[in-house]
This record gives sequence, structure tokens and C-alpha cells, in this order.
Amino acid sequence: MTLLVIAHNTFREGIRAKVLYNLVFFAVLLILFSYFLGQLSIGANVKVMMDVGLFSISFMGVLIAIFVGIGLVYKELEKRTIFTIVSKPIHRSQFIVGKYLGLCLTLFVQLLVMWLFFMLLLYVYSGKFHWQLTPAGLFIYLELMVITAFAILFSSFSTPFLSALFTLSFYLVGHTTTELFEVGKKTENVIVINLLDTLHRFLNLDHFNLMTEVVHGLPVTASRMANGIAYGLSAVILILILSCLIFQKRDFK
Amino acid sequence: MATPVIVVDKLVKEFRSDFWKPKVRVLDCVDLVVEQGDVFGFVGPNGSGKTTTLKILMSLNHPTSGEVHIFGKPYDDVSIKADIGFLPENPYFYEYLKTEEFLSFYAGLFKLHGKEKQRRIDYLLELVGMESFRGLQLRKYSRGMLQRIGIAQALINNPKLVILDEPQSGLDPIGRREIRDILLRLKGEGKTVFFSSHIMHDVELVCEKIGIIIQGRIREVGRIEELLDPKILSYEIVFRHDLQEPRLDNLTLRRIGNDFVVEVKDEPQLHKAVRSIFEQGGRVSSILPHRETLEELFVQQVAESKQEANP
Repeated sequence: MTLLVIAHNTFREGIRAKVLYNLVFFAVLLILFSYFLGQLSIGANVKVMMDVGLFSISFMGVLIAIFVGIGLVYKELEKRTIFTIVSKPIHRSQFIVGKYLGLCLTLFVQLLVMWLFFMLLLYVYSGKFHWQLTPAGLFIYLELMVITAFAILFSSFSTPFLSALFTLSFYLVGHTTTELFEVGKKTENVIVINLLDTLHRFLNLDHFNLMTEVVHGLPVTASRMANGIAYGLSAVILILILSCLIFQKRDFK
Repeated sequence: MATPVIVVDKLVKEFRSDFWKPKVRVLDCVDLVVEQGDVFGFVGPNGSGKTTTLKILMSLNHPTSGEVHIFGKPYDDVSIKADIGFLPENPYFYEYLKTEEFLSFYAGLFKLHGKEKQRRIDYLLELVGMESFRGLQLRKYSRGMLQRIGIAQALINNPKLVILDEPQSGLDPIGRREIRDILLRLKGEGKTVFFSSHIMHDVELVCEKIGIIIQGRIREVGRIEELLDPKILSYEIVFRHDLQEPRLDNLTLRRIGNDFVVEVKDEPQLHKAVRSIFEQGGRVSSILPHRETLEELFVQQVAESKQEANP
């Protein structure tokens, strides 16, 4: 299947990219930092480690998704390797989706590496495996899938710098729409409230944040999981459809 | 009569370099027909619209107006690409791939697998003379090697139509010759080849038909022998002489090593010059008739085009 050929090649390119190893290295350093931070705190050492560790994995994952995602698509256009791909019997949408799948696989592998290291560190520290963290890990990955889709969308028509800026903005705004909505309610301005309500409903990356629940042992309900998965997959599909539509029309210089 | 392989009809392409700038017409009513088995040279100066035309043929760009058909189907019909091979200008490829991985990747895009794929890869590596570089990463390739592996990827699907954008650009004479040999081999296999170039000598050696495009307009199109003036335009006489400075009335002599070279306009002048050389004790080594070359036609077309633009 052509899609998988593109995905496999993207994965191979991603895995051989030096920037990925640099970022994973920094992620490992951050996770180690969580270990030392845990040592310093009084009473809730493991919780601090979990909190900082999960944040580190999520944050570095987002950076990898943005930089590797944008970099790989941009390189195709800038170096014009795409010329020899689009001139083969494949649809442009297959290229976009194949590229996306390859990037997701790359992210999965790097996330797995960070995750295993983190779990091992927690085990060394506390003497047991903390399986309850798994849903948070899965949701971090789901969020990275959405961020990667955004990175692909912006790279399909913009420069790498602007694409990185836009994607990062969506990430930051996506994590603050709940707070923005709460602040907006206080203005009592109907337009502002409606606007922020819509933004809050459609762009809310907090759907993927299970860190508080898993770290503090709060229940993670099936409906919460289902909502998050449904939201994530719908977002990915919508963003990819939009990317394909834009990509279909564009001229390659 | 068989359907032409490529039909370009009143093709117009306009670009806007910046959002606030007016559109620039890069292709202006381009008409072209390439028949099956043709080796068609698409020539023109830099920025004349060659690459844009090729990009539209490969659906990398979309026309502003006009029609483009390949194998009788619209240019953006994905199914036609199964029978097309394409090499872009100054190609860049995935540098992290090794030679065999690289060709295997492109074979995958044509759904070639197993033994069939391996056979094709082996054949192409032999064709482009790169069998001994199977395990080498593309990042370590020279410019000529990139061009050769680029041709190999363009032929991975054994295409009926091969489209090459400046396949000889940036190559040394040996590299150019190798590419020319490959083009001749494709011609021998009966493939339709459409390639752009501004190396007129090579186009003349390889092509039967050419199209000259200047400032987005087709100036000439047809068989080379029909486009070039068959008349002898001048003669070049090469001769040897013991004298340091033999005299041939009003003719300018050039010295190349032990030989003298003189150019005369017509047959009477030729007879007169040869007689004079013999009379002075010289020996004629060769007499070459000089007919119009593609390069001269091209230069003339460019000059006319400039004149029309600035009368």
C-alpha cells in the first residue's frame, strides 16, 4: 500500500534524524531532574517525581512533534524531494496521510523510550511499577498526534518558522481555553462569552491531561477516556482533511 | 493513428510572486504535441518556462488555463503516472537512504515487490553504472552520481514516457556523455522521451524533434531537419604551411598548433582560397561545410524575440 511506503520512509527518516536524538537526550535529562527534585521534596517524593516526569515527557514530546514534524515536511518541499514523489502514481492526500502516519510512528518510538526510562526510574526509586500512569501516557501520545496534525497542516502552506509558531500557539491556547472561558464569563459580554465558549469546546487540549488524576490516584472514568479518544481522533481527521485540501491545490516551486 | 503521448493546448500559467504583486505570465498559449516514440528536446534560455511546463505535465503545478493531456487523459489523472518516469532539475533525494533502499522506496510507490523489484533495481544499477555503490548513502554522492541515480528512479517502473528536466545540467563532459548514452538507449528501446535542456549540441545529437520556448511562448516546434536551414552557410579550411604567415587575400587566418584555419563564405571563395594555398606551397588537411546548427537557430530565435519585445 502506497500510504505505508510513504509512512515507512518517513519513519526511517525520522529515526535517522539527529535532532530526534538530541531532543530525546534532553528529555532523559529532564526525567532525571524529576528524580532529584523528588529527593528534595518532603513527604510526597514519588508524586513530585511523577508530576515532573510526566510533564517532561509531554513537553519534550510536543517539541519533538513540532520540530521533527515541521522539519520533515518542510525538507520535502524545500529540497524538492516531493517532486519525485508527487510525480508517481499517488494522490497528494496519500502523501500527507503517509507522512503523518510515519511521524506518529516516530513519535511513538521516542515516547516509548522516554516512558520506559521514566518507569524504570520510578521503579528504582519506589520499588514498584506504577501502572496507574499508563492512561496519562496514552493521552500524552494522543495529544502529540493532534499536535503533529497541526504541524503538518501549517507546513503544507507556510514557512517552518511560522509553522512552528502557529503550532506552538495552538498548543498553548489549547491548554488555556478553559481558563480563558472562565475569565470571559466575568466580562458579561455575550459575544466574548460565546466566542470563548466555542473556542473552549473545539480547541481544548486539556481533554488529554490526565496527569492530576493519575498522580493523585483519582479515578479515570471510561467516559473520560472515551471522550478524550473521540475528541483526539476527530481533531486529527479534521485537521488532516484540511491539510489535504490545501495541499491538493498548491503549486510546488 | 495512435493517440499522441503529450498534447498541450493553449496552456497558460500565471504566478504571483508575492500576494500584493501583480501576476506574471510565465507560459503564454503554449501548444505542443509529442507522438509515441519521439525523443523531444524542449529548449529555451533560463527562465523561459521549460521547467514550469514540465511541472504542469507532472501535475506539480496547475495551469491557469488551457488543456494538458498525457496518454489521452488529463494531466492530473493519477493513473497515467504509472507509465511515466520523471527526473526534476537539480534533484535532491533522501540523503539518509542507501542506494538500494532508495530505489526500493520508489519501486514501492509503483507497487513493485519481491523478485520483480530486485530484478528492476539490478538492471537499473547496471544501466547507470552504479552496481558497486549499492550500500552507499546518498549523502556521500557526487553531483554526477545523484543525476545517474535520479535517472534510475525515473526508470524504476519501466515507463513508456520519460520526462527529464535538464538531465545534463551541472555535469562534467563525461557525465554529460553518460546521460546522453542513456537517452540514446531509451530511444533505442522505443520509449517516448521529453526532456528540457540548454545544451544544444546534445539535443541535436539525441532528438528528432524540438520545441523552442522563449519568454513563455513557443517560437519553433518540429523535426530538427525541417527547422534547420539545409544550405551550406560557410566552409572551414584547415591547412598546413611552412610559412609563418601565409597570405590569403582579405581572409582572416587563425593558427591552431601547426595548422591554419580559415573560413570562407561560398564555393567560389572556397576554390580561390584552396588554389591560393596550393600555389603558396601549403597542404589542405580538411574542408568542412558548415550548415546551420541548432545553437545558431536558437540564438537567432532569442535575438528575434528580444527585438520583438523592444522594437
